[in-house]
Amino acid sequence: MSNIPGELKYLSSHEWARLEEDGETVTVGITHHAQDLLGDVVFVELPEVGAEIAAGEEAGVVESVKAASDIFAPVGGVVIEINEELEESPELVNSEPYDDGWFFKVKISDAEELASLLDAEAYAEACEAEDH
Amino acid sequence: MLIFEKGAQGRFASSQAPKEMADCDLPEALLRKQKAKLPEVSELQAVRHFTNLSRKNFSIDTQFYPLGSCTMKYNPRGAHRAASLPGFLSRHPLAPESHSQGYLSCVYELQEILKEVTGMAGVSLCPMAGAQGEFAGVAMIKAYHEGRNDYGRTEIIVPEAAHGTNPATAVMCGYKVKEVPVKSDGDVDLEALQAAVGPQTAGIMMTNPSTCGVFERQIDAIAKTVHDAGGLLYYDGANLNAILGKVRPGDMGFDVLHMNLHKTFATPHGGGGPGSGPVAVGKRLLPYLPTPIVGKRDEAGKSVYSWLDDNDLPDSIGRLSAFMGNAGIILRAYVYAVLLGRDGLHRVGEFSTLNANYMAKLMEQAGFKLAYPERRATHEFIITLSKQAKELGVTAMDFAKRLLDFGYHAPTTYFPLLVPECFLIEPTETESIDELEGFVAAMIEIQKEAESSAELVRGAPYTQPVRRLDDVKAARELDVAYTTKG
Amino acid sequence: MPFVPHTDQDIQKMLDTIGVDSIDQLFDEIPAHLRAKPLSGVPEGLSEMDMMRRMSERAQLDAGAQCFIGAGAYEHHVPAAVWDVATRGEFMTAYTPYQAEASQGTLQLIYEYQSMMCELTGLDVSNASLYDGASGLAEAVLMAIRANRKSKSKKVLVAASLHPLYRKAVESIVSNQGISMEFVGFNTDELSVDQAALDAFAGQDFAALVIPQPNFFGTIEDVNALSDWAHGNNMLVIAVVNPTSLALLAPPGEWGEHGADIAVGEGQPLGLPLASGGPYFGFICCTNKLVRQMPGRIIGRTLDLDGKDGYTLTLQAREQHIRRSKATSNICTNQGLAVTAATIYLTMLGYEGLSRVARASYQNAKILRHKLASLKGVNIKHELATFHEFVICLDQDADAVLSAMAEQDVLGGLSLKQDFPDLGNSILVCTTETKNESDLDNYVRVLGEAIARVGGSAC
Repeated sequence: MSNIPGELKYLSSHEWARLEEDGETVTVGITHHAQDLLGDVVFVELPEVGAEIAAGEEAGVVESVKAASDIFAPVGGVVIEINEELEESPELVNSEPYDDGWFFKVKISDAEELASLLDAEAYAEACEAEDH
Repeated sequence: MLIFEKGAQGRFASSQAPKEMADCDLPEALLRKQKAKLPEVSELQAVRHFTNLSRKNFSIDTQFYPLGSCTMKYNPRGAHRAASLPGFLSRHPLAPESHSQGYLSCVYELQEILKEVTGMAGVSLCPMAGAQGEFAGVAMIKAYHEGRNDYGRTEIIVPEAAHGTNPATAVMCGYKVKEVPVKSDGDVDLEALQAAVGPQTAGIMMTNPSTCGVFERQIDAIAKTVHDAGGLLYYDGANLNAILGKVRPGDMGFDVLHMNLHKTFATPHGGGGPGSGPVAVGKRLLPYLPTPIVGKRDEAGKSVYSWLDDNDLPDSIGRLSAFMGNAGIILRAYVYAVLLGRDGLHRVGEFSTLNANYMAKLMEQAGFKLAYPERRATHEFIITLSKQAKELGVTAMDFAKRLLDFGYHAPTTYFPLLVPECFLIEPTETESIDELEGFVAAMIEIQKEAESSAELVRGAPYTQPVRRLDDVKAARELDVAYTTKG
Repeated sequence: MPFVPHTDQDIQKMLDTIGVDSIDQLFDEIPAHLRAKPLSGVPEGLSEMDMMRRMSERAQLDAGAQCFIGAGAYEHHVPAAVWDVATRGEFMTAYTPYQAEASQGTLQLIYEYQSMMCELTGLDVSNASLYDGASGLAEAVLMAIRANRKSKSKKVLVAASLHPLYRKAVESIVSNQGISMEFVGFNTDELSVDQAALDAFAGQDFAALVIPQPNFFGTIEDVNALSDWAHGNNMLVIAVVNPTSLALLAPPGEWGEHGADIAVGEGQPLGLPLASGGPYFGFICCTNKLVRQMPGRIIGRTLDLDGKDGYTLTLQAREQHIRRSKATSNICTNQGLAVTAATIYLTMLGYEGLSRVARASYQNAKILRHKLASLKGVNIKHELATFHEFVICLDQDADAVLSAMAEQDVLGGLSLKQDFPDLGNSILVCTTETKNESDLDNYVRVLGEAIARVGGSAC
């Protein structure tokens, strides 16, 4: 079964968000379930550092051989770092979706937004509903 | 072996090049400094290399090629021969009309024939492929609305079963795409469509018969719904072969359509092109046709053909290519229509439909699951192999690859997206009953293999120049030119 | 029934199996009032013999003239083997190589084509081809708009010395997305980009500068300076080039300090007949950086299960069948067969052969220009650096002179009156390696006679 860490927040479109210890940085990636649906990831297009993104907005694209999905920003803010490793090693999204396979970090503009995201349980339900 | 790995330095097909002439005296700074590393082989080496490459292809001439939605029918050699007559090949696209009457007369007559078979008021042969035809069609819809100062129409409706080109085209024309669902019987969800239309609707793009291989029975109601909302109907002619001579898009209420001459009019697919995607329109869209088109006038009792361009059609959406599209394909399609004539064209729809329904019935009798068993097949039909995938671990892709070992090109796989593990099978009217039965027999054989030795099917193909390829490596470690490897 | 193999017996067996009485019954889901009447507007069919007679007569109507028109379509010698091999059924009647294992012929050939185009243009990546040069330029413009993140304007700057029909085609294709072009004027004496006109655009926001080389008039532009100027103003550089000329001229990848970012052009000169304008093919090449913005098919080399080299469609996630409304383009096809011919052509000629073709074309243009310089009523203003086309200005009405020449079966060039009224009665004349000394002399004679026949003075 899919791996859905309890401490993360989720979008039903399969992005995860993690509030870092500084209380204002949020790391974003896609879930284990998402990478499983996509298959072998071959390319990730990330936002530019310094870009301002709003919650729910398209912030990138992840591609496998046969599919491509938009990545939506779970929270709004300024992009402060992107995972440059993914350019050379997109397979990290498959092997370590919650660790070295992260996509980008945002300096959050409204901490409230995090609260409106799905928790692990709700996300698991959402995935199940999608599978019928 | 690549052509670059053959030959020797300094070798080339010397009889093919003019004699050495004086060096050119252009400014040094603008000249090439290093030779381009093109192949260095003899004429025979070139001929042998490419002849051998050709033998690594499946083609209509060598195999049954039932690729759904692609209409892989026999490409008459006569059409090819006629279009390759020296007078046609040597005609410059900008040659004066005095030296163009032969070509122009063929173009004009094809325009007239296409008007008749589609039931439309005007035709432009400019678009160079189906996708460009779609672009021209939607651009005309846009020009029409804007011509009426109606700028509020921002959406194109597309049924979810549509070809990917439809939404991509709408976006290229600056529209937003609204998808409407398709019901389990293959017809469009009319209620959803009624809810989707409004003053923001520019039009709908539809294929009929749809990509589900069934005829959309509610076409009258759909046309009325969209027209009542002020939108126009676009007909994607990808499946025109199914209804050629039986139903005309113009009679169904469509305002504009494109045809794929490389499908319906039997011009060669050429390994991926060239195609040709003429557009036909009803009266409302006549002023917007892409240019140039060919007109006819009478001079002293003699027909004279001439180009009509932006000066004659000031509201035209304009040019789509430097000249006028894929002229050689237009000639081939014209010849095809001339060879078939009215009765032959009428039979295209009939016999492509007969073949598909016969094959569908045989497949069903052999235990394969039809996606729309309660419907008539059109010129193509869908089977779903999801049971095989679930129970035997043998997917539609595995069946497809194993078919290659049996000498059949695979049908279209995994399209339309809404039928899981599907094959879209289009036999076309030019295949004999023997081929249809042979294909079904191969499928039955593969089904047996899947039940007794699934591994065998999953490892296919075994008889081709290569086995299954690593697509992930191809995308991750991009190698798209020999020179990048030094 | 042409091409339908069914015997009466076959038909009966098929109908019985399906369980219907007639073929017509198979159409019973179609509302009755929509069923078509006989196609009375279509003539009766012809046999192949009768069809060939008709077509031969028509082809004959268009044959026989000597062609000195270029303007984007060029008459070159095509080795007999090119189309003999390209039209083998296995190439001609195959489709897009979706089943890679059964399409290695087409796939390897396109990989070789991509490699050759990269060599000619000096860029990293080529796609499998687009429809033609003009629509290819439209795709390049769209690509630059997507790729240039520094530019927000949705505008490109274009040298007005671009082919006027390219300009029209690009406009019809890109304008629907709110993308517009502005034009840098050319100097009417030099027939190349006007530096002062260019400088007026410095500092403005454009996604790209479009530079034709040679330009529409055949003139060689100072592409190094133009390219550097564009990059200095945060624009990408789109090179529009003639592939034959690239045997002589610097490849776009080496223009100026950084090289062009995208090169695009008409592939017809590489082994394709004039054939009324098509099928030709558009080539497009770009730097590695821009590869994901590339439209159309791209073939990559990879390995099969046994570790053997093989070729496959790659980066398909950019394309319409996966990305649908978010695809880089709606394009599906490439001009496969045209590319097959071009690849065989480039293989047979090699670099040596291609550069001989380029030099012979260049020399013939130069010789003809010299011969014309002494002809009364013909003005060749100056000795410009041109490739194989050049502009002459007549004292008489250019259209009338060209008509008079056509009566003598010499197509003397393209009148520029309609597209470039500022250039007066100008004609764009082209020669390639296919013309010999006596053809050139014939041109001079026929032009001289036509001028005499038209008489009077229009300038």
